[in-house]
Amino acid sequence: MIDKWFPAVISALVLAVFAVIGSALVGVAYEGTAERIEENERQALLDLLGQIVPAQRFDNDMLADTITLDGVEELGGGPVTVYRARADKQDVAAIFSPVITPGYAGRMSLIVGIYADGTVAGVRVLRHHETPGLGDKIEAERSPWILGFAGKSLGNPSEERWKVKRDGGDFDQFTGATITPRLLVAAVKRTLRYFLHNQNRLFAAEASTPPNPEQADANG
Amino acid sequence: MADIDYKRITLDGLWNNNQALVALLGLCPLLAVTNTMINGLGLGLATTMVLLLSNLSVSAIRHWVRAEVRLPVFVLIIASFVTAVELVMNAWFHELHKVLGIFIPLIVTNCAIIGRAEAFASRNPLGASAVDALAIGIGFTLALCVLGGMRELIGQGTLFDGAHLMFGDIAADWKLSLGDDYQGLLLAILPPGAFIGLGLMIAVKNLIDKGLARRAHKAVASEPAGAEA
Repeated sequence: MIDKWFPAVISALVLAVFAVIGSALVGVAYEGTAERIEENERQALLDLLGQIVPAQRFDNDMLADTITLDGVEELGGGPVTVYRARADKQDVAAIFSPVITPGYAGRMSLIVGIYADGTVAGVRVLRHHETPGLGDKIEAERSPWILGFAGKSLGNPSEERWKVKRDGGDFDQFTGATITPRLLVAAVKRTLRYFLHNQNRLFAAEASTPPNPEQADANG
Repeated sequence: MADIDYKRITLDGLWNNNQALVALLGLCPLLAVTNTMINGLGLGLATTMVLLLSNLSVSAIRHWVRAEVRLPVFVLIIASFVTAVELVMNAWFHELHKVLGIFIPLIVTNCAIIGRAEAFASRNPLGASAVDALAIGIGFTLALCVLGGMRELIGQGTLFDGAHLMFGDIAADWKLSLGDDYQGLLLAILPPGAFIGLGLMIAVKNLIDKGLARRAHKAVASEPAGAEA
């Protein structure tokens, strides 16, 4: 009887040992790189904030003047950090990060800045898994497409034209990739609508320490 | 044990049994990321790294992993190494990691890696497995680079675009361009371009092989009878 079970037990043990070794390896690699990855992402975020609202337009410390929203359906439901830009105590802009939306492949994390007058300051993609060569034209380095959001608002173009051209709207799609821009346009539109309905509350709320803005998407 | 023929292992990996051109393994990353040469190089090197680590581990444990659990063990090893390599790339090549996106974790699914673990490393000593991993990896990387370079040149009229993602600021002006008025042939960048490019590469390889075989045949025929090995 023992002879019959022995090989199976050994096999199970071998497998268990390798599971432990493998997990340990991943754990060590994670510990060794987590800090650096976080720093990389923070630095990238700082650069992004500067791209969206130019530094001369505000004079406060935007990274400290933040609030955290949780469970807001329009922004993807996860924790969203709102960075508030102000000049002379006047509200200038709010930057939402990350706004999560489904993409063609996996989720896309966006950063969306909106000026106090309701026009888009800028949109960038923080993270995505879209097809290289097609959907990745949403990246500012690959195509100027995403810069086209700047200056738009819910009246310009009118709300029903906040769609890609194929759906009868005003925004270009890409050759070979309609779904990615379609989802992205819809996400920016939702963010704008949320901003208009909650603007006063967003700017008035007491500042809080932000969680790591990338954490919400760590499993994405 | 017979002497290990390193030269043969190397030639097989680079040419005779090139994973991309002959075995046609790893097509998912091969076709997906080769829209520029640097992307191809980045993914190729990451794959080579994983291959080397997995071949070495599999070879080291080949005597005491029971046959019935060897495949799950290989998968565990490969998946762990891929995750580790992904984290390292994210930490030190953050921009390139962003560009390659999902295709780094997908190295796990590259059949070439488990294929080499099963077909070679589990039956051969450490040294031979390391050489095999390097040869296979470099062969795969070269195929990725050639295909990537071809598609980049035809598709967007540049070469070495994005080299700074990998080599830092020194490489900022490595980018070669055919001139700003070259519009680019979109087909080459799109997935069909990858298939057509790969098909052409396979055809060229077969032509070269045929030429070599004919020459070898002639050389044998011109020798006196009985000389063939």
